[in-house]
Amino acid sequence: MKLIKQLKLSAAALALSATAAAAADVEVLHWWTSGGEAAALNVLKNDLEGQGIGWMDMPVAGGGGEAAMTVLRARVTSGNAPTAVQMLGFDITDWAKEGALANLNDAAAANGWDAVVPEALQKFSKYEGNWVAAPVNVHSVNWVWANKKVFDDNNIAVPTTWEEFEAAMATLKAAGVTPIAQGGQPWQEATLFDSVVMATGGPDFYQKALIDLDPEALGSDTMKQAFDRLGEIRANVDDNFSGRDWNLATAMVINGEAAMQIMGDWAKGEFVAAGKVPDEDFLCFRFPGTQDQVMFNADQFAMFDQGGVVSPEQAALATAIMSPTFQSAFNVVKGSVPARTDVPDTDFDACGKKGIADLAASSSSGNLFGSLAQGYGAPASIKNAYYDVVTAFFNGSFDSQTATEELVTAIEIAQ
Amino acid sequence: MASAPAQADFKTRLQNLIPKLVLAPSLAVIFLFVYGFIIFTGYLSFTDSRILPSFNLVGFENYSKLFRLSHWTTSITNLAIFASLYIGISTLIGLSLATFLDQKIRGEGLLRPIYLYPMALSFIVTGTAWKWLLDPGIGLEHTMHLWGWTSFHFDWIKNSDYAIYTVVIAAVWQSSGFVMAMFLAGLRGIDNEILKAAQMDGAGNWQMYRRIILPQLRPAFLSAFVILSHLAVKSYDLVIALTGGGPGRATELPATFMYSYTFTRNQMGIGASSAVIMLMTIAAIMVPYLYAELREKK
Repeated sequence: MKLIKQLKLSAAALALSATAAAAADVEVLHWWTSGGEAAALNVLKNDLEGQGIGWMDMPVAGGGGEAAMTVLRARVTSGNAPTAVQMLGFDITDWAKEGALANLNDAAAANGWDAVVPEALQKFSKYEGNWVAAPVNVHSVNWVWANKKVFDDNNIAVPTTWEEFEAAMATLKAAGVTPIAQGGQPWQEATLFDSVVMATGGPDFYQKALIDLDPEALGSDTMKQAFDRLGEIRANVDDNFSGRDWNLATAMVINGEAAMQIMGDWAKGEFVAAGKVPDEDFLCFRFPGTQDQVMFNADQFAMFDQGGVVSPEQAALATAIMSPTFQSAFNVVKGSVPARTDVPDTDFDACGKKGIADLAASSSSGNLFGSLAQGYGAPASIKNAYYDVVTAFFNGSFDSQTATEELVTAIEIAQ
Repeated sequence: MASAPAQADFKTRLQNLIPKLVLAPSLAVIFLFVYGFIIFTGYLSFTDSRILPSFNLVGFENYSKLFRLSHWTTSITNLAIFASLYIGISTLIGLSLATFLDQKIRGEGLLRPIYLYPMALSFIVTGTAWKWLLDPGIGLEHTMHLWGWTSFHFDWIKNSDYAIYTVVIAAVWQSSGFVMAMFLAGLRGIDNEILKAAQMDGAGNWQMYRRIILPQLRPAFLSAFVILSHLAVKSYDLVIALTGGGPGRATELPATFMYSYTFTRNQMGIGASSAVIMLMTIAAIMVPYLYAELREKK
């Protein structure tokens, strides 16, 4: 069927003009294969099909997109790049540096992207002042997801400082509940550490250490203190955490086996899928000490250059991605918040509304930071060096002093 | 009649030529895809390649970076532990199983495939199955607790210091049956007459094994060593399925290190240099061994 359609379309294109040789299809490489994500992507697919543009799906499973990036590399090397690719942070910059991405300035100007996309996010969607990617959503990682019943049973209020957080963990441990549900994969441990660094050193320190990669800040006592705090959190995680997936950790909170999980807002999807209601069954609050900050990552679609021009299909796809209706419809399903700040929050639940408000507030007050663990702080090589050290510490191979020293060396080598 | 010898000559020439012609494409392909890419990787290890290959030479920088990485030191140490235990234990178990099976016991036809069967599984399956078995929350430890042995404690797979030994356990389980089959074939190849003569000369069982059978198994030892050591060095799938390189980075091996640096961390230069080091390591062990073994045959 697809082939026939393609043939028909290209026949039509040939009939219309002899020069327009490009097939009117978009091939989209992405890693949104779970049920909710696929449903969300369908919104986009239908939108494009309404405009007569065919959708060639190219899903490569694997959260975080590592497998998808490997496929992409092979496709680009063999000179057969897909039309559009889901990408994160510095991957976009890296590919733009190779000159592989198409310029989306026309679509951006026509739809006023500059005014509505938060500036911190634009740094990644643009390369040397040109739009090269269309952001779909903004996830933020400094969230704590808590089981409300467990909190109520132990008379715990939402902690707002590190000391209150410590006290809450102690109370929960004494009551025989696992205080923190943690998944045991390097990216999850590093995602948690992002929040801990922000809470311990504040936004300026976070900027200096994990975004500017200043060796002095990386090796400072503040960093050591952050590792000490991470160690404290580790002591409140059950012993069987290593290798656990993030959604299994979320399930522990949903079932009340554990009280809290520190995880990005994709965890909300698990609560919603289990039929839980925000503020009634579960709580969402910012990691204590990071109430004013939003640490984000964002899924974006980058368009690959097809011979020096942006094809009309690519422009249509980018425009469709950035339309407020799609941004709302998609993000309600995905659990994230829209990448543009002017989308109405009427369809979102309490946590989504809070996320949208936080994003707007932090963007205007300069408190919006990229998450290093999610590829929005530094390129992949540095992100992984950071993972190496954090995960070795979290699994007990280093003490906090060694970890601080290792962090300086590892990041220096990766640069 | 002048044409007949010429024809015969042409035929013989053709006969000589055909094997070469048939072999030529595969030889060319091997030269390009094996040796060509070894050279290419070696070249890349001296460049500043990151996301895609680059041809900008930087000398030995990648190698000096590589040996400063604690992650690489861990991988190398793990390979040393894993390879020596894996090869040693597999050979030992394989040899004992083969010896026991060779005692003309009943049911050998049934036992042999049972021991050989794990080899039919891929390392991914072995890794996943052992991951569940060894997981303290659902596997062996949990079962023992359910049966009432509550002091039973076996959480190596979750322990950074012991996790590498669980990789050894799974790999040995997978391969010792195969090693057994190789030794069994070797044992069957030993001339019965020699054994009978030895028996007549009054050799005991132990002496017979030590002085006659084991020395004759030398080729089997060589094949076992060659096969097991290359399996050990290229171990990737087992670690990925069993521990994912964790807990933390505690079970990373050079192969997983090389893959992640080259393909997911955008540090192709360092990845290539680690591949070169792996090749050198294998060459350093295998070349003298093969040389010694093959020379003695002549």
